[in-house]
Amino acid sequence: MLFSKYQAEEFFDEMFTAEGQVRPHYKSLQNRFDQLGVNEFDQKRQAVDLSFMRMGVTFTVYGDSEGTERIFPFDLVPRIIPNKEWEYLQRGLEQRITALNMFLHDIYHEQRILKEGIIPASYVLTAKHFRPEFMNCKVMRDIYIHICGTDLIRDDKGQYLVLEDNGRCPSGVSYVLENRQAMRRAFPNLFERAGVRPVDNYASDLLNTLRYVAPNGKDNPTIAVLTPGIYNSAYFEHTFLAKEMGVHIVEGGDLVVRDSKVFMRTTKGLEQVDVIYRRIDDDFLDPCVFRPDSALGIPGLVNAYRAGNVSLANAIGTGVADDKVMYYFVPRMIKFYLGQDPIIPNVPTYLATEKEDLKYMLENTAKLVVKAANEAGGYGMLIGPKATAAEVKDFQARIKAEPRNYIAQPTISLSRHPTYSDLSQMEGRHIDFRPYILYGDKIRIMPGGLTRVALKKGSLVVNSSQGGGSKDTWVLYGDE
Amino acid sequence: MLSRVANSLFWMSRYLERAENVSRIVDVNLQSLLDYKTLDDKRIKEQWEPLVNTLGDDELFRSLYKKSDSHSVTEFLTYNEENPNSILSCIISARHNARAARDQIALEMWEEVNRLYLFIRSKETKKLWQESPYDFYREIKQSSYKLQGLTSATTIHGINLEFMMMGRFLERADMTSRILDVKHRTLQDAVCGPEEDNNTMIECAAVLRSSSAYEAYQHTYVSGVAPKKVAEFLLLSDSFPRSLRFCVRTFDHFLRKMTGSDPGYFRNEAEKLSGRLLAELNYTTMNEVFAMGLHEYLDHVQLKLSDVGVAIFETYIFYQQTDLAKEIEYQKQQQSQSQSQSQSQSQSQSQSQHQTPRQKQQQ
Repeated sequence: MLFSKYQAEEFFDEMFTAEGQVRPHYKSLQNRFDQLGVNEFDQKRQAVDLSFMRMGVTFTVYGDSEGTERIFPFDLVPRIIPNKEWEYLQRGLEQRITALNMFLHDIYHEQRILKEGIIPASYVLTAKHFRPEFMNCKVMRDIYIHICGTDLIRDDKGQYLVLEDNGRCPSGVSYVLENRQAMRRAFPNLFERAGVRPVDNYASDLLNTLRYVAPNGKDNPTIAVLTPGIYNSAYFEHTFLAKEMGVHIVEGGDLVVRDSKVFMRTTKGLEQVDVIYRRIDDDFLDPCVFRPDSALGIPGLVNAYRAGNVSLANAIGTGVADDKVMYYFVPRMIKFYLGQDPIIPNVPTYLATEKEDLKYMLENTAKLVVKAANEAGGYGMLIGPKATAAEVKDFQARIKAEPRNYIAQPTISLSRHPTYSDLSQMEGRHIDFRPYILYGDKIRIMPGGLTRVALKKGSLVVNSSQGGGSKDTWVLYGDE
Repeated sequence: MLSRVANSLFWMSRYLERAENVSRIVDVNLQSLLDYKTLDDKRIKEQWEPLVNTLGDDELFRSLYKKSDSHSVTEFLTYNEENPNSILSCIISARHNARAARDQIALEMWEEVNRLYLFIRSKETKKLWQESPYDFYREIKQSSYKLQGLTSATTIHGINLEFMMMGRFLERADMTSRILDVKHRTLQDAVCGPEEDNNTMIECAAVLRSSSAYEAYQHTYVSGVAPKKVAEFLLLSDSFPRSLRFCVRTFDHFLRKMTGSDPGYFRNEAEKLSGRLLAELNYTTMNEVFAMGLHEYLDHVQLKLSDVGVAIFETYIFYQQTDLAKEIEYQKQQQSQSQSQSQSQSQSQSQSQHQTPRQKQQQ
C-alpha cells in the first residue's frame, strides 16, 4: 500500500491525475508495487545500492582528499513514458538536432543565418565557445553534434519543454543502462508484463555513429574513447562505454601526433587512431591551440583534425550551441533551416541584451530563474522565488555588468513523480529528463533516458552534485 | 594493447600476489609464536624484526613505531598506508591499476578486486582483524585465489594474460626469495653451523607454511623437515608452483609468448635476462648456494629479478616522457611547414633507476 497516502498536490504529477486517479500507463506498476510492504521495498533498495557500490558504479566527489566515491542515488520508482508521448518527443528531438547541426555547419561556413539577420551576428561572434579559427574547416559528413543530451522538463500542464541542449560532452548515459540492470535484478518479473522497450542497443548505435564519421569513409576504423583519466568523476562511464563498444579507452598521454596523424602507444609500437569519442572539453584538447597548461590534451591533435586524418565526436566548436543565448534562437533556426515550427517548445526566455527584456528582468528578478549563459551543472543560477534579497541584488548587479552573459526564464513548476522518501513513504519530487540522441548515418534516439530527480523536498535542482538522484525511465511499446 | 594498460595489468597482478604473500607470512608468524616454549620480549622481537627488514622499509618502521612486537609489526604490514607494501596499500594499488585497465578485464574480476577493496576499507573488517586475525588474513588470501581462478577462467589467451601472468610470477618469485631470506640465518646455521637449535624445526615449518608449501614438501620428501631440503624445495624445485625456479620458468614462458622466441634464444633485453636467470636456477646446487651464503645468493637473485622487471618495462611499456613544451614547439613547427617531411621517431633510453634488492619494486 505504498501509494495509499500519496498526494499529487497542485503540481502536474506523472503518475496520478489531479483527481487522484492513476494514469493508465502506470497501472500495472501500481499493482505490482502495492503488493510490496515497506520492509520489502527497503530491502530491495539496499540491495540495489550495495550492488552499485560493489560494481564500482560510482562518481568521485571532488575536493575530497581521500577520493571518496559515491553512488549516484537511485530511486526505485520508474518514470514511465507511453508510446504516444514518446513518438512526439522523438519527432521533436530529431527536428532539433537536425537544425542544430545545420546551424553549426552554417556559422562555420557561409553564415547565411547571420547575413540574413535571423540571428544578430554579434551574438554568435561573442559567444564564449565560438571558435573562429575553425571557420571553413571540413568536418566529416558535416556532422558536428554526434551525441546530444537534450534536457526536457514538463510544466504544470504536462507540456514538454526543452530546457537546454547539451551538444558538447553530455554525460549520464551509463547510468541509464546500469539503472535498467538494477531494476531488472530488483524486480525480475516486472518487465515482461510491462512492455518496456530495451535500452541495451545504445553502445552498438554509438559505435555505428562513430564508424560513420571515420576519415575518408575508412572501412574498419580504429576508435578510441578519450578520458581525462581515472580521477574524473565520469571515468566509470568512459570505461563503461569503451567496454560495451569494445574499443580502447585512452588518456592524453597514450596518444601522440606524427605527420598530422594520431597514434596510440601500444606494446607493439604506434597504432593509428581514426575516430576519437572525446570526453574532454575543447579547451583541454590540444595545448598548442587551446589552453597551453592542459596536461590532459594531445599536442598536435587539432592539426591532425584539420588535416582530416582524425574525426572527433563531438566536433570542435559545438559549445556555441550550448550557449543559453543561442538557445533562445533555436526556434528561429528550426524555422530558417527546415521551414517548420518547433515541435517541442522552448521555455520562454528573456535576453539581458534586449532593452525590453532587460527591464523586465530587473523588475521581476525575484520571480524569475536567472542563468549564466555558459554554466552547467546547476551552477551560476538564481532561482528567484527561493533566493534571498541579497542574492537577488547580487544577480541584478551581475546582469547589468555583463548583459551578454545572462538570460532569464519564468519559474516553471516542474512536474513531479512519486519517489520513495527518507520517511519510507512515497512523496512527490520534481524531475527532469535527458534523452540521448545519436546523429550518424541516421538519427537514433535511445528509447529511454536519464530521469533526474530532486530528492530534497521542494527542491527544483536535479543535479547529482546538488542532491539529485535518478530513476529508470521506461518507454512503453504501447500506451498503457 | 596500450602500453599504459599493459603496465596496469602487470602491476595489478603483482600487487594482488604481494598482498596474498604478506597475508600468509604475517598469519604464519602470528601462529608460530604459539609453538615456542619460552616467549619473552627478546624472542618476540627476533620473530618480527626480520619481517620488517625483508618486506618493508626498516627506517620507515622505526620512524612510526617505538618497538617491534606483534602488534606494531602486523599493523605496519597490514594497515599502514605509509608503507607501500602493506596489505592495505597493495590492495589500493591493485584496484587503482584494475580501474585503469577496466576495459581489459572481465566484469567479474573487477567486481572481485573492488569487493576486496571495500572489504579492507570497512570498519567491520578492521574489527575482524583485531579480534580474529586468522579470519582476516584468510579472506585476503581467498580473494587472491579467486582472482587467479577468474584470470584463467575469463582472460583471453594473448597479451592480456601474458602481462597478468608475468606480474604474478615475477612477484611470486620475489616473495618466495624474501620468505627464505627472513629465516636465512636459521637455515644457514642449521646446514653449515656446529649445533642444532631447538627451534629450527619450528622455523622451517613456518618457512614452508609461509609459501603454502608444507604439504607439498611432505609429499616430496617423506623423511621429515630438514633445513637444507626446505631451502632446496623453495629455491630449486622444478615442480612446486611457488619455488623460485618454477616461477622464473613460468614467467619466462609467458615472456617468450609475446615474441615467439624459442628457449635458448632471445630477441630483447628482457628475454636475455630472464633466460639467463632461468639457466642459472636450472644449473645450480644447494651446496653452491650455501657455500656462497644463502642470504648473499638470495640478494643476488632478487637483483636479477628486479633487472628483468626493468627490462620488461623498457621493452614493452616505456615511452620517452613527452616534454610538453618541446612537443608543443615541435607541433607548431609542423603546423607552419604544412608539407612537412615525415619524421622518424627515435626512442631514447630510459632513465629508470635500478633498485637495490632490499627494496621492493613499486610502480
